[in-house]
Amino acid sequence: MKKAMSLILASAMVAGMAVPAFAEETTEAAGADEGKVLNIQCWNDEFKSRITDHYPGYEEVDATTGKIGDVTVKWTITPTDDNAYQNNLDAILPDNANAAADDKVDLFLVEADYALKYVNSDVTMPVSDLGITDDDVADQYDYTKDIVTDSDGVLKGLSWQACSAGLIYNRAIAKEVLGTEDPDEVQEYVKDWDTFNDTAAKLKDAGYKITSTVNDTYRVYSNNVTEKWVNDDNQVQLDSNILKWVNDSKALVDAGETGTADLWSDEWSQGFYKQDQGGVFCYFGPAWLINFSMHSDEEGSVGYDGGWGFCVGPQSFYWGGTWICAATGTDNPTLVKDIMLTMTTDQDVLKEIAQKDSDCVNSKTVLAELASDDSGNLAVLGGQNPYAVLAEGAENVDMSNISDYDQGCNEDFQSAMKNYFEGNATLEEAVDQFSSAIVEKYPELTADGLLAGAEAETETAAE
Amino acid sequence: MSSKNANNGLKKGMGIHARRVLAYVVLIIMTFLCLFWFYVLFINATRSNSEIQRGFSAIPGSRLAANWQSLMNDSLPFVHGMINSLIVAALTALCAVYFSAMTAYSIHAYEYKGRKAIYTFILAVMMIPSQVTILGFVDLIRGMNLMNNFLPLIITSVASPAVFFFMKQYMDSSLPLALIEAARIDGSGEFRTFNQIVLPIMKPAIAVQAIFSFVSSWNNYFVPVQILQKNDMKTLPILIAQLRAADWKKFDMGEVYMAIAFSIFPVVVVYLILSKYIVGGVAAGSVKG
Amino acid sequence: MKKSATAAAGKFNHRAVRYNRWGYFFLIPFAVVFVIFQLIPLITTIYHSFYEYYRSGLKWIGPNFIGLENYKTLFSSGGVWQYFGNTMILWIMNFIPQIFFSLLFAAWFSDTRLNLKGQRFFKTVIYLPNLIMASAFAMLFFVLFSNIGPINSILQSIGILKQPYDFLNHKWSVRILISFMNFLMWFGNTTILLLAGMLGIDTQLFEAAEVDGATSSQVFWKITLPLLRPILLYVVITSLIGGLQLFDVPQVLTNGTGDPMRTSMTMIMYLNRNLTTSRNYGMSGAISVFLFVITGALSLIVFKVAGYGEKVK
Repeated sequence: MKKAMSLILASAMVAGMAVPAFAEETTEAAGADEGKVLNIQCWNDEFKSRITDHYPGYEEVDATTGKIGDVTVKWTITPTDDNAYQNNLDAILPDNANAAADDKVDLFLVEADYALKYVNSDVTMPVSDLGITDDDVADQYDYTKDIVTDSDGVLKGLSWQACSAGLIYNRAIAKEVLGTEDPDEVQEYVKDWDTFNDTAAKLKDAGYKITSTVNDTYRVYSNNVTEKWVNDDNQVQLDSNILKWVNDSKALVDAGETGTADLWSDEWSQGFYKQDQGGVFCYFGPAWLINFSMHSDEEGSVGYDGGWGFCVGPQSFYWGGTWICAATGTDNPTLVKDIMLTMTTDQDVLKEIAQKDSDCVNSKTVLAELASDDSGNLAVLGGQNPYAVLAEGAENVDMSNISDYDQGCNEDFQSAMKNYFEGNATLEEAVDQFSSAIVEKYPELTADGLLAGAEAETETAAE
Repeated sequence: MSSKNANNGLKKGMGIHARRVLAYVVLIIMTFLCLFWFYVLFINATRSNSEIQRGFSAIPGSRLAANWQSLMNDSLPFVHGMINSLIVAALTALCAVYFSAMTAYSIHAYEYKGRKAIYTFILAVMMIPSQVTILGFVDLIRGMNLMNNFLPLIITSVASPAVFFFMKQYMDSSLPLALIEAARIDGSGEFRTFNQIVLPIMKPAIAVQAIFSFVSSWNNYFVPVQILQKNDMKTLPILIAQLRAADWKKFDMGEVYMAIAFSIFPVVVVYLILSKYIVGGVAAGSVKG
Repeated sequence: MKKSATAAAGKFNHRAVRYNRWGYFFLIPFAVVFVIFQLIPLITTIYHSFYEYYRSGLKWIGPNFIGLENYKTLFSSGGVWQYFGNTMILWIMNFIPQIFFSLLFAAWFSDTRLNLKGQRFFKTVIYLPNLIMASAFAMLFFVLFSNIGPINSILQSIGILKQPYDFLNHKWSVRILISFMNFLMWFGNTTILLLAGMLGIDTQLFEAAEVDGATSSQVFWKITLPLLRPILLYVVITSLIGGLQLFDVPQVLTNGTGDPMRTSMTMIMYLNRNLTTSRNYGMSGAISVFLFVITGALSLIVFKVAGYGEKVK
């Protein structure tokens, strides 16, 4: 028995140790030859499927590997939950330059909510170092560049998406309650928050909820703030528009005009389907939301029969967007440059992406083209062409108020406020809980007197 | 309430029939409560994401094969995960029972200085929640360059105070010192005595603790998630957590349930094989403090 | 080797000493692994608790020695006592029914006069819930008890409820769900252990008591329970330690928030927030030390109450 066990143990040891031992053999990438492995860090399959479908010469080998010519592409997918994706990047990027050639990260993806953290650090390479010029990216929307521009004005990433978004409404419900399903006329009923809330009451009387949950509107409010979540003194601040979201939402919940479920929950998605009674009037989101997440390919869903309509909504906002960044220390700069340029500036590729994947692509020319003829009509929207609205929205997005901490703040704030909406806490208590949660998450921050600050600000604005 | 009825029955010897009915009713309710979840899991593993989202159903869906396909083709390596989990759980269980029995034997069979102090100390060690040391543990493992290695997960089970405690209790009741003495007279070496005479006697206790250790290692998430960061090294609970966390692009609850069903299956098999020891074995040896 | 050992013989006879050296030898694996993988980490954890040491963005802050600052922050926020209270409430709510049903079932199974059929089946089945990963189990409950879940639709269709009851947004319903899950997962385990203890009791004792005309509740309280004391102690201690480590179920059920208003946030969930989410090693160290002290103190109380001290002698 003992012999057998020591054998098993020994072999487990060998098997287990093989990995780190191998990793230690640092082989310098020699001269002009570039690396044989292109490592890409991401949090889902989105970019991988874009590359698979649209990057010329990419061949898929299996779920986490591919090939471009004789370079092997390795995808490492770490979900964003519980900060896992960022923790993973934080652990590997600072040492990337010293990693073994085949382990060096070449590309990594970031989201707007935390892009600055990487952009303002040396771990991300300026795109100019790869040979990408301002002219190359002139057709892209400014906000998509602002998000990945560091404090010295250096551009450090590119995106193929300009995820401006809007209000996606259920045409049948609009017709029944508002008497119209025309986007311009529906827009009149949701043109600002006061009108929006009045419409909510109308919908409630007819047995509908205006949104599935309060969290649907959160991004719309939070994109239109006048101050950052965290100021230069590492002080958390509560913007008056966020406070407005809280107050408006509380009123809606108390009146039974919306719910408090989390986004992506089963409860949230009930409105994607036609229902015998009740239903959800609208969701907020970009075009990709309808296509991928609202089950439009399934019989019985609203989108299946083209039952959605699209308008601007109370305030313009954007949602989503993935930026491609080059990691400092990459040993495949030529390939990295080509991928970045092809995927974010090649107009043929971008048009293909727009038509196949419903991404609102990051090119003024392509969007204008799509808006100008029927090629931009979407079946899920009953043939409506949303691109003019989307393009206008993309011009209006203002990203001057993002901070390194947005993801954590948004997440913790929404979950803390749920207690207030559900009647489990007063506003003060809920805000206090947010304050302690955010300081736990980011020990370097302070969060005192948030509510007082926001209220004072609201009053000043009113005067 | 029910125990009172039961007691009256025992006293008068009359209500035995009623007591038996009560016992069966309660046991059947409990059986239902124990098995219902497996049924729900299985049902959901046969349904598509949107079917699951639209509400619960008691009838199986038609997506069993499709969910299996998406699990197998997932970018997360589930087959690898299964193998990893099996290696880790099996070796953990093995180390836990073998070395705990050895430690218990040391305390049980020998008279040496500090023996009682050591016994008390191990009992005290049992009180240290494993999560308390996780921070230093991860630091240490990183320092030893053993990240992404199964070794730290397995080897720590050599010191499992709770298993040790159980083994010691079992030895007190079932391992007469005279037996060891007899082996010595026969010229058996101490190590051989332990392996060839003591361990076979301990079989029921070993089986019970092996199952308990196997199951808890199989389901362990908190520690492995800190150590195993390479996809190919991850165990099933980590992969399932990742699958659940996957965002809108590929969020598929049907696949998640399939993954859970997939991960439960081997433990259920192992358990059913060893369950005769659980059911009869502990009883045979019995634990007398 | 054996020969040299005999030289050092003191008050023991030669042969015994020769063998007793093996006692140390058999202790070595445990001792070595314990020192390396538990004691050293425990010491580093304690050490960290006196330092400011966390990750801010891509940079590490510290380690800077700050004395008891982490502990001050920990206790001044007051949350930690709340989380400790939650943990204890959740444990008690699960443990009382658990010990009740386990004793009941163990008594039934071991009662030869009751002579239950299908015992093997029942004994096998009651342990099964333990095989489901706690997180998967919690996920199922989340779905089953959601506003649009089957439990609510059943309650509505049979007319008990008019509106769906939001199980996951009420303090006590969340706590009951968590305790119920823990109960289901662990009562089988406890039953098996208690049953083993009961079967070990000499049946002649029961017979004698019956002859003397003892009622069955007298038998239970005066004979069964006292004789079960050691195994009950084992059950209470392991369950208490397990209860203090409660993590997966509430973490998944409440999405890591411990809501409503953190009334279901446990100690380990709090530790996890500081350790995994924010990599605040200093504060995590302080929380760990607190947890360690609490566990030790509670276990000591249980040992004292159970009078285990006499037993070890």
